[in-house]
Amino acid sequence: MSHPAKASEFLQDAAKAKWHDETLWFVRDKRDTISKTIPEWEQLRDLASQIKDNVLANLDQYLIQFEEKAKANGIQVHWARDAEEHNQIVLGILQRHQCKAIVKSKSILTEECHLNPYLEKNGIEVVDTDLGERIVQFLNQPPSHIVLPAIHLKKKDISELFHEKLHTEKGNEDPAYLTHAARLHLREKFLGAKVAITGVNFGVAETGEFVVCTNEGNADMGVHLAVVHIACMGIEKIIPRRKDLGVFLRLLARSATGQPITNYNSHFRSPASGKEIHIVLVDNGRTDQLGREKFKNSLKCIRCGACMNTCPIYRRSGGYSYGSVVPGPIGSILSPGLDVKKYSTLPFASTLCGSCTDVCPVKINIHEQLYEWRQEITKSQGTNAKSISMKIANGIFAVPFAYKVTGSMMRGALKFLPDSITYSGLNTWGKQRDLPETPKETFKDWYKKNRS
Amino acid sequence: MSSREHILAKIKSIPRESKLLPDIPDFHFTENIPSRFIQSIESNKGEVITESGLKAFLETNRFEKIISLVSGMENLSTQLLPSDAHELNELEIAIIQGQFGVAENGAIWLTDENLGLRALPFITEHLVIVMDEKSLVSNMHEAYQRIGAQHSGFGLFIAGPSKTADIEQSLVIGAHGAKSLRVVLK
Ligand code: SF4
Repeated sequence: MSHPAKASEFLQDAAKAKWHDETLWFVRDKRDTISKTIPEWEQLRDLASQIKDNVLANLDQYLIQFEEKAKANGIQVHWARDAEEHNQIVLGILQRHQCKAIVKSKSILTEECHLNPYLEKNGIEVVDTDLGERIVQFLNQPPSHIVLPAIHLKKKDISELFHEKLHTEKGNEDPAYLTHAARLHLREKFLGAKVAITGVNFGVAETGEFVVCTNEGNADMGVHLAVVHIACMGIEKIIPRRKDLGVFLRLLARSATGQPITNYNSHFRSPASGKEIHIVLVDNGRTDQLGREKFKNSLKCIRCGACMNTCPIYRRSGGYSYGSVVPGPIGSILSPGLDVKKYSTLPFASTLCGSCTDVCPVKINIHEQLYEWRQEITKSQGTNAKSISMKIANGIFAVPFAYKVTGSMMRGALKFLPDSITYSGLNTWGKQRDLPETPKETFKDWYKKNRS
Repeated sequence: MSSREHILAKIKSIPRESKLLPDIPDFHFTENIPSRFIQSIESNKGEVITESGLKAFLETNRFEKIISLVSGMENLSTQLLPSDAHELNELEIAIIQGQFGVAENGAIWLTDENLGLRALPFITEHLVIVMDEKSLVSNMHEAYQRIGAQHSGFGLFIAGPSKTADIEQSLVIGAHGAKSLRVVLK
């Protein structure tokens, strides 16, 4: 899997790529506007980050506390070491209830575990109910963004798809018309399902309750009509106290889509009478990441997607170029933790501009971790053009004196660097890029001359 | 070893620095809370109306399938709450009591006690929430203070009608849940 190769596929359709870039920037802009209406915004980010630090430091205790409270409230708690065990647990519950069709609301974790194909192989119909997810499911594609799953598609694509699948009018591209058709189609599914599966945004150790946030209300339509609710939760989703939700709910939707809060924020504490709630607590590599001192911060992520919307690479290369369940800057930190060989190009899919770190509501040092991964990866492999140049760059930036000296050398070298090296097939970085014109003097020299 | 033991043991084996849990300061604001609330509901594509506005809305649309769970407004109901939520599929209007609202984002807190059936505010075509203006709080921190240790099997903040922007980022109201939200402030 190579990010540059896949990115160039995405860029084939230049007009669509431009639209993708502009649309996500628009969402980023909305996030900026709304964050400025909260005077204590930066303080909230600090609080969120500190709460998550505390969670990571006491994860075992909080999980035990969460389990104890949840059980006392009548929720059945399961533990899964990896994706396979998670899938087996879910299937086991479905089989016990002789359930052949389920409705599911957006859950990145079930994507991560490849639950859909697993259930389908076992004869169960899975219907994703978030509109964007249903659209990509019809196309047999994974979501291309964690908050905006179908952001890579135009309404024309969706109109054609719905015409084929839902028999909507040919050529009718009106989003309201198409959404209404999906509403009718999915309502039938909601009314027919015995079991509903959801993800979890936050699990509260203090009370054993968990919170699910949506705008469409699809998670609730599913679980309140079904007899059994299965909630799949990564172990890092735990927070200590109920009042911590005040901090996270203020940050989540504002960071994600620029709205003050999602329209539905449901707190599940015990099943309605005659019904069941199951929660599956999933590790699947999270404890490994916790053990990596340099990367464990990535577990603070609340999956708002802000780092994707702001990333100049994500916006211009599309979610699929990452080949991983969580794309974009945070995905480029999480994925190599799962399989460093497969995802070795992802930490390089960044300008290291730091914009991801600037917008992250829980203050994950994303760009620094990308830089750390680059070092790990170059150490462990080595021979393509990019990794060599990165190795050199790492050496230079590590020693300020060397940087000063090599600055003037590099300005000379850049001028004469033959295109055959910069733009060779080996070096995909050179594609679509021109080397910058080199300044005549160093910034330091310029500053000395001009500071008075 | 069970997976539970395995996961917990693995976490325990990782050396971790202790980190204190921060206190959450009181961020409440003093600007005009009701007008901020109204503004928030409107920006979420909901609407704030009066009691007579509600009557006019019901009359002009000649709704036939109404369930009202608000004390003092039971007479607006045209049917009883069924025992199975699936029977709510054709419901046109649900009128329920909100416990309190949050000015900064328009979120309204409801629990099992207000809902009758948990599916009610989602499955209905239009949702009306009745609320006391004096119950408004400024932000989410105050909201959780107010909820405190309250125990309910299900609790919910609703801030607007069901909506989506999954098709080319065009906002469409009425994805799966209620197609409109009206808040009656008393
Ligand atoms: S890393 Fe930060 S910005 Fe990116 S999705 Fe996670 S919480 Fe949001």
